[in-house]
Amino acid sequence: MITLKVNDKSYQVDASPDMPLLWVLRDLLGLTGTKYGCGVAQCGACTVHLNGEAVRSCVTKVSRAQGQNVVTIEGLSLNNDHPLQKAWAEFDVPQCGYCQSGQLMSAAVLLRENASPTDQDIDDAMSGNICRCGTYQRMRQAIHKAAQMQKEGGKS
Amino acid sequence: MSDQQTAISRRNFLKAGALLSGGLLISFTVPHAGRLMVQDAATAFAPNAFLRISADNSITVILSHVEMGQGVWTTLPMILAEELDADWNNIKVMHSGVDKDYNHTVYGIQITGGSSTTWSEFDRYRKAGATARVMLTQAAAKRSGVAVESCTTKNGHVIAGNKKFSYGELATEAATLPVPQNIALRPPSQWKLIGKGARRLDTSAKTNGQAKFGMDMQFPGMLTAVVAHAPVFGGKVKSFDASRAKAVPGVRQVIEIPTGVAVIADHFWAASQGRKALQITWDNGAGINLSTKTQVDAYQKLAHTDGLKAAQKGDVDQGLAKAAKLLKAEYVFPYLAHAPMEPLNCTVKISNDKCEIWTGTQLPGIDQAAAARILGMKPTQVTMNVVFLGGGFGRRATMTSDFVSEAVHIARTSGKFVKMVWTREDDIKGGYYRPVFVHRINAGLDASGMPVAWRHNIVGQSIMAGTPFAPKNGIDPSSVEGVADSPYFETVPNYFVGLHSTKEAVPVLWYRSVGNTHTAYVMETMLDELAHAAWQDPVAYRRKLLQKSPRHLAALDLAAKKAGWGRELPKGRYKGIALHEAFGSYVAQVAEISIDNGKLRVHKVTCAIDCGLAVNPDGVKAQMESGIIFGITMALYGELTIEKGQLQQSNFYDYRIARMNEAPEIDVYIVESNEKMGGAGECAVPPTAPAIANAIFAATGKRIYNLPIMNTPLKHIS
Amino acid sequence: MSSKKIFIITVLALATIGFTVMSFREQPAAYSKITTLPKDSTGSVRAFMSVYRVLKSARCMNCHPSGDVPLQGDDSHLHTMGVKRGPDGKGLYAMKCSNCHQAENSPGLHAPPGNPKWGLPPANMRMVFQGRTPRQLALQLLDPKQNGGRTKQQLIEHMTSDTLVSWGWHPGLGRKLPPLSHPAFSAQVKLWIAKGAYAPAK
Repeated sequence: MITLKVNDKSYQVDASPDMPLLWVLRDLLGLTGTKYGCGVAQCGACTVHLNGEAVRSCVTKVSRAQGQNVVTIEGLSLNNDHPLQKAWAEFDVPQCGYCQSGQLMSAAVLLRENASPTDQDIDDAMSGNICRCGTYQRMRQAIHKAAQMQKEGGKS
Repeated sequence: MSDQQTAISRRNFLKAGALLSGGLLISFTVPHAGRLMVQDAATAFAPNAFLRISADNSITVILSHVEMGQGVWTTLPMILAEELDADWNNIKVMHSGVDKDYNHTVYGIQITGGSSTTWSEFDRYRKAGATARVMLTQAAAKRSGVAVESCTTKNGHVIAGNKKFSYGELATEAATLPVPQNIALRPPSQWKLIGKGARRLDTSAKTNGQAKFGMDMQFPGMLTAVVAHAPVFGGKVKSFDASRAKAVPGVRQVIEIPTGVAVIADHFWAASQGRKALQITWDNGAGINLSTKTQVDAYQKLAHTDGLKAAQKGDVDQGLAKAAKLLKAEYVFPYLAHAPMEPLNCTVKISNDKCEIWTGTQLPGIDQAAAARILGMKPTQVTMNVVFLGGGFGRRATMTSDFVSEAVHIARTSGKFVKMVWTREDDIKGGYYRPVFVHRINAGLDASGMPVAWRHNIVGQSIMAGTPFAPKNGIDPSSVEGVADSPYFETVPNYFVGLHSTKEAVPVLWYRSVGNTHTAYVMETMLDELAHAAWQDPVAYRRKLLQKSPRHLAALDLAAKKAGWGRELPKGRYKGIALHEAFGSYVAQVAEISIDNGKLRVHKVTCAIDCGLAVNPDGVKAQMESGIIFGITMALYGELTIEKGQLQQSNFYDYRIARMNEAPEIDVYIVESNEKMGGAGECAVPPTAPAIANAIFAATGKRIYNLPIMNTPLKHIS
Repeated sequence: MSSKKIFIITVLALATIGFTVMSFREQPAAYSKITTLPKDSTGSVRAFMSVYRVLKSARCMNCHPSGDVPLQGDDSHLHTMGVKRGPDGKGLYAMKCSNCHQAENSPGLHAPPGNPKWGLPPANMRMVFQGRTPRQLALQLLDPKQNGGRTKQQLIEHMTSDTLVSWGWHPGLGRKLPPLSHPAFSAQVKLWIAKGAYAPAK
């Protein structure tokens, strides 16, 4: 049995220690907001926060997350009101939407560590997440907007 | 709770009971034109196949087309709401099931493709909204005693004199009225949504993890299957040993299906571990003889000969003989995989006399029929639940229903309720690619530099061959679109376009913008080459040839103007332009690039589109941005290669996709246009690669004839 | 230009001979003190050139790039995600090295290689290998201001025993090994220092 803390909830899962966190989250815990896109840390669709860092859960063994703090897209905010989620809505960022959980989880780390990211900072933070629909420009605009909201106290 | 509300609730409850005992349990009933409809348990009013208004005032718009990113989840409700006067904040959306009522208004099957949703449903969804509005108004008139003519509608309410009724309140009553015919639609001057736009209705679910894609289907008792496919195209299982696979904890069953060996397990991880442990001997078949190099060599040989005539005017031999200057060029394009972010998957549950399927598909009716054939059922016994598509780009529209059929075979053979999941490697190696194409052009210019003769031969696999759309005359329009109908030929007195349709073991498919992915590149880089040969500005040269094509001209002029074409650029920056019509829309793009230490960077793309009426202008812009990034990926990196029948690439590390740090600034302008509506989903893809290549020529003096660009070392000339 | 090329080729040839002669096996064990040998500039340089070949191989150089973006693959292309060094060499924001690179190699071709210490040298001690000539690299390795304040002995320890350096010889599926074995590399490092830690002329 492996003890996991996901979105502030405790879980006991019966999984082999080398099972990737992604499949534990999706197939054992039913948290399907975190997506499978490549399985080899190329696309970032599976990004979750492990102790606040944007780890790629498809290559992260569940054993690494044992007893640690995991946050998935379902736990990014209580009411879909993280500044990034609000800005994503304002700019109509998602198209097919499949990559967006991972995009948001990556952007959230950027905003936490850099309150006023430049375009270069956005490149440096977000180029590990592929969007096949090509929503990059809108994500860039939305990240700038979310940074502004965060500064103005829009932080949830 | 008021008496009236109680009455409605009770009535609905009784209806629900009747429905449950009667066994009629469908979410809504599709009416036949002009006949009274039946409501389901939760519904008070479903005036047609596209709309349902509940007593709780929620309005559900039912989509005949599927949402795969292109925004129809918002555009179709907008169109309907424009006539309904619905409260935009109260609209729910769902995909339809399969029914002939949802067949494409032009193509005749239930399909999302060809960039056609908005224009093909523009009238039908407006009529659906208008019908409901009239019936609701009549119900309000009846109830209030106010004349129908004096009733007005606004924001989900009918205002009848000094009374105001919500649509929900009127729904049950409206359902009893006859369906009105020949309702006049509102003139554009009264539009509040169309042409103005609305925010996407699916954003909320797509930012908090709640949006459900096929991959997210989970049910009690459902298992997950992963399939080992033949490594060589067309290969078959000869024999296999599953003992090690079955020893993997969580693996429940290993079965052979027509397309390989399926490992069925408690969850994806166990299934994929089980697949790794399989030992399979394959019968490779003839596919083993296919290698990209020999394939391209053969195509190049063929391109030297005239193919089947696709278009012709004048005498091309004579024209070339008389030309003052001759140019020739040969282009090679590789196989491409669509690689939608959500790998293919399909969930299937078979019980005695019915089958239920959950998947993201662009062809639900075709898939339903395929499943029924495999199971020996009638199509009506197969229920299709179409969920969000994590990208489509054409890959989720196979006439062979490849991934749905595979999943149905697994469920049937195993007897299990199963979700089949493809890995990214399965997706990249799984075929159904944009075909390899070779083009060869001999062009002749007159003394003034204008083209007077053009011989153009195209070689490649036919996408339509083997489908009901297969052309009788042997010319697959999707192989020659963008060349055979090129507006530039309007002023060329002698031309010949020929097509050699080849056959390979690799299945091919429409890929976002289909034939235009290669034909636009050929025409637009060649035009640039001709312009330079004629010592003329590429925009001015195109303008001369396009005098009879006002929509091309409008897009070209707007893009050139907005990009500051002709203005001096900062040092190290270069521009290229391209223009192409696809799916009824005319798109011009100017790409601004630099080449630093051999590394190409696209800084900016300025895009102009004439799509006629832009129903949701910001949605059109989003599709332009999307298509341009898709085009950048295709131009820079898109390449699949085959050796001895085996695909050489497998995942995003060797099939690269443009990332945030490669995404240019994109400026989109929409031509004010009252012309016929075109599509937006695909038309931005074709001009991107040639615009970039033409900018590269400006920077390096080098023409790129083979895509992707990454295969050509770039050296900036100073 | 051409004379430089000839020089390098000659040195490389000598280094190969040197390596063949010096092919004793030694564990990269911790040293209590540096073995000293009679100063021998030719022998020292020869040993360094073997070391140099290893340092310039993809397994070592990829994380000692000239810019702030690490390199990838046997062809040492820029990391396709544009990952950045960051102040501590552990990446930036949502692209910290350990977000993908685990404590051990992830299984499968092209899956992220791993080590608990995965990262680049920090921004204030960049220790660039890429583009460095043998002389430049030797001087840089020896300079405490550029090598993280390491003495020669600490340098030997780092180069022969550090777990991240050692990863270079356990790089996972599909990755080419450095041109020398780990013990042979360690031996050449020690020999280079022991014979006087000379830097090549160019």
